[in-house]
Amino acid sequence: MLVFGVWLGAFFTLSIFSFLYKDNPFYKFSEQVFVGLSAGYWLIYTIYNILIPNLFAKLFSDFGSNLLLLIPFALGIMMLMRILPATQWLSRFPIAIMVGTSAAIAMVRMMKSDLLTQMNATMINPFQFSSAVDVAGTILLIVGTLCGVYFFYFSKKQEGLYKVPSKVGIWFLMVSFGASFGYTVMARISLLIGRLDFLLRDWLHIIK
Amino acid sequence: MNSASRIQVERRIVFLLLLVAVALPIIFPLGLKTQGTPLTRKAYDMVDETPEGSVVVISFDYDPSTVTELQPMAIALIEHAWKRKQKIVATALWPQGSQMADMAFRDVQEKFGNTKVYGEDYVNLGYKVGGMVIIQAMGRNLKSVYPTDMSNTPYSEIPMLSGIRTLKDIAYVFSLSAGDPGLKDWVMTAKDKYNVPVAGGTTAVSTPGFLPYVNDQKQLYGLLGGLKGAAEYELLLEYEGSASLNMNPQSVAHILILVLIAIGNIKAYRKRKAAPAAEEVSNG
Repeated sequence: MLVFGVWLGAFFTLSIFSFLYKDNPFYKFSEQVFVGLSAGYWLIYTIYNILIPNLFAKLFSDFGSNLLLLIPFALGIMMLMRILPATQWLSRFPIAIMVGTSAAIAMVRMMKSDLLTQMNATMINPFQFSSAVDVAGTILLIVGTLCGVYFFYFSKKQEGLYKVPSKVGIWFLMVSFGASFGYTVMARISLLIGRLDFLLRDWLHIIK
Repeated sequence: MNSASRIQVERRIVFLLLLVAVALPIIFPLGLKTQGTPLTRKAYDMVDETPEGSVVVISFDYDPSTVTELQPMAIALIEHAWKRKQKIVATALWPQGSQMADMAFRDVQEKFGNTKVYGEDYVNLGYKVGGMVIIQAMGRNLKSVYPTDMSNTPYSEIPMLSGIRTLKDIAYVFSLSAGDPGLKDWVMTAKDKYNVPVAGGTTAVSTPGFLPYVNDQKQLYGLLGGLKGAAEYELLLEYEGSASLNMNPQSVAHILILVLIAIGNIKAYRKRKAAPAAEEVSNG
């Protein structure tokens, strides 16, 4: 059974890779199988790992003390009303609640983590460090942050002296885009390594 | 050959070159060594300096699509924590994370001669839907979020969790994260709300987004970035695991890509230089 699984994995891996040559029936078949399988898997997973333990099991075991769960249950049913055009409007309410609560929770946390704490982390005295590398690094951090933020300040035309920090900001942004590109290449190559490792080790047994 | 089909052929040559550049070093490792970076060192130090017997959380926030990058981190991290005699609570914000945790525990158990006892040295609490909301709830009461572990053992019957009521009783959280929900939710909630030390390991593609959190405020204690981060952690633990070996094809592929970028730029430069000359000729 394990051997069959490995051959199946190898077939689908090669079928997907074949798209690099050109579009073909093997690729299309693998793509459709993946989409169908994923949908089926998630449906079953959601029922058995989310709906049953968090909702139905609690309602069936102790209905009286879990009455509050009827609210999300009702909202879930309302969400499913999208299927019928006549009742589609009912799904707006659970969507509105989800959007509202998610936005509120995220806003509070992001305000602290992504704004206030990040600002605190930039307010450092660069000369408190003993190593020259740390001093230079901290100065770069402060200059980069200020110039990067200034680049997105559009209320004044950036010309003359005002253009200088903006230009410096662009350089910092370019360096960060380059770093992101480098990391992205590393991630994509890692995926290829993973697949080739599987083919060479588990399927062809070329490597131990 | 027209321009479109030439580009198509060129693309195939690039793919073929990349395939060879990755496959050959997998078959014949070159023995290239990875250099450590402060980001990984900081994560290592956080684990290393945590006292023996502490209960720690490793959150498996990924699925099989990113095992090449994140599973070696998980294995190295479990090994390090167990060497330091820490007790590991595995959680997952991704549905298949709990299976990833089981695989990693099984691999490291072999190294320790199956001496680590489930429930006393480690426990797998499984997946919970909800991301940030779940972490907030863990900060109030862990038992209410995880009434049982993966094998349905009640929370109160798991020996290593006897003194653990909330997230604040945890020595540190290490999230291995492939996206959302994941490390960011742990930083925002566990660290910034409950002040629990947090470190993380991410896929390389999301690493740059987390670099600003490794700062003076210690929002993140350390960060392992992709396969390289995993290889660095293996280096610190003084063994050569799958991440260290896979850095060979990674390095060769990067050199090839650098060469290809250089060739592409030279071609583009020549084309740009030739274009005005051709225009002058056509204008007489």
